[in-house]
Amino acid sequence: MSALEPTADGEAILSIRDLNFFYGDFRGLKDVSLDIAKNQVTAFIGPSGCGKSTLLRTFNRMYDLYPGQRAEGQINFHGKNLLDKKQDVNLVRAKIGMVFQKPTPFPMTIYENIAFGVRLYEKLAKSEMDDRVEWALRKAAMWQEAKDKLQQSGLSLSGGQQQRLCIARTIAVKPEIVLLDEPTSALDPISTAKIEELIDELKNDYTIAIVTHNMQQAARISDLTAFMYLGELVEFGKTDSLFVKPQKKQTEDYITGRFG
Amino acid sequence: MQLYSRRVWTNRIGIALSMGAMLFGLLALLWILWTLFYNGFSALSWEFFTEDTPAPGSEGGGLRNAIVGSLMIVGMTTLVSTPIGILAGIYLAEFGTTSKFAAMTRFVTDIMLSAPSIVIGLFVYALMVATLGGFSGWAGSVALSLIAVPVVVRTTENMLLLVPTALREAAFAVGAPRWQVSLKVTLRAVKAGVVTGILLAIARVTGETAPLLFTALNNQFYSTDMSQPMGNLPVVIFQFAMSPYENWVNLAWGGALLIALFVLGVNILARVLFRKKSTD
Repeated sequence: MSALEPTADGEAILSIRDLNFFYGDFRGLKDVSLDIAKNQVTAFIGPSGCGKSTLLRTFNRMYDLYPGQRAEGQINFHGKNLLDKKQDVNLVRAKIGMVFQKPTPFPMTIYENIAFGVRLYEKLAKSEMDDRVEWALRKAAMWQEAKDKLQQSGLSLSGGQQQRLCIARTIAVKPEIVLLDEPTSALDPISTAKIEELIDELKNDYTIAIVTHNMQQAARISDLTAFMYLGELVEFGKTDSLFVKPQKKQTEDYITGRFG
Repeated sequence: MQLYSRRVWTNRIGIALSMGAMLFGLLALLWILWTLFYNGFSALSWEFFTEDTPAPGSEGGGLRNAIVGSLMIVGMTTLVSTPIGILAGIYLAEFGTTSKFAAMTRFVTDIMLSAPSIVIGLFVYALMVATLGGFSGWAGSVALSLIAVPVVVRTTENMLLLVPTALREAAFAVGAPRWQVSLKVTLRAVKAGVVTGILLAIARVTGETAPLLFTALNNQFYSTDMSQPMGNLPVVIFQFAMSPYENWVNLAWGGALLIALFVLGVNILARVLFRKKSTD
């Protein structure tokens, strides 16, 4: 089972062991184990319903919002199991940020969209907050477009800009890991290209885990790729080798388009 | 072909029947409005707003005490029922989606929505008027709040349930606790809808007569003391309209027109607000 071994060259920031996930009685994830490598982009691919989004949503305990959903196993982050009942979920979410499929700007100004998350955990003076907002927008390649309309509603931006605002909002909180759940599937090709460039920049400072339906995208932007099918992790390895020389028949069938 | 022409005729008859029903309803409404305007307008004058309700047998007079009383009672009702209604609505939509207590609250709210207002009036009479020693503006506001709160609760809840899951999750995803998510993100997303609900609740209670009859009663004199019986439009209309004095009846028409215009205005405001938000 060498393909299932954690393949991180560097340090693993998240190590997932024997993770099972249940929607009521349905088992959505089956004994998943893998490492998320620090400052690398890890992509999750697989057909609809394979559990890739479910897996991503265990990393920040998003499933906690829904009674009837539960996870068992270990997700170790700085020596602690994130799935531990005693774990403060809000702190987890501040450290492990998430960007969703559809852009979700909050119903407030662009400035407030970013300041909202920061204020939850830091008490900054006005000027420091201004700096943080600018910093986050620059990181998300949004500063040029947004600097003259910081006081306008976040909803006034285009879809692609809204998504970059959401990324800015996420990194403004200074997380260690950024989870991206199909962040470009609702965007046009130009906006998609901008987000992909951005992901490449961001991995210098953050660890990125991205779920994508688009295999070319996974191949373009990720360092490591995990292929999932029916709730199981089928193959996990360096993106270059997984796409060129998949070890498993199922992986090969999927990436060559024979199913999925 | 026969089948087809039968369908055409069924369609025509159906349209004719529904148009007839609509005309019937519309005519009744227009008739009421016409009568109200015709009789009410002649009663409106400077004195109507500046003089108090006249004593039996005396000439002239106005509705100043009733207008001020109604504004105070309804204003206080708004101040009381808005926070309670919004917080309860937030609880139902964001915190207690699956709890038994929430299901019970929802059920009771639904009953309160359709409770006869006279029952609510009697309830507050027994609770406050009989025990605290007298009719008062406060008791009137409490009775009207009992009618307004369920309206605000249900609109707030229904509006919040329309918030896309993704927005709620996104707010949680930056590490916000549930109360911050509710107050700062989801409630703000449906602000226009919630304000509309409050306005509709105000419109609803403005014309309520029975609850005030048992609580605020009436006051022939100008008074802004809410611990005393208080003049108010619905009760004045009720008493004056059935009186033998011509000037009283005229004042009742004027008061009825005033309430109708106020309710109409509030409803239009609610629609404008809601539409503006929807086209954002």
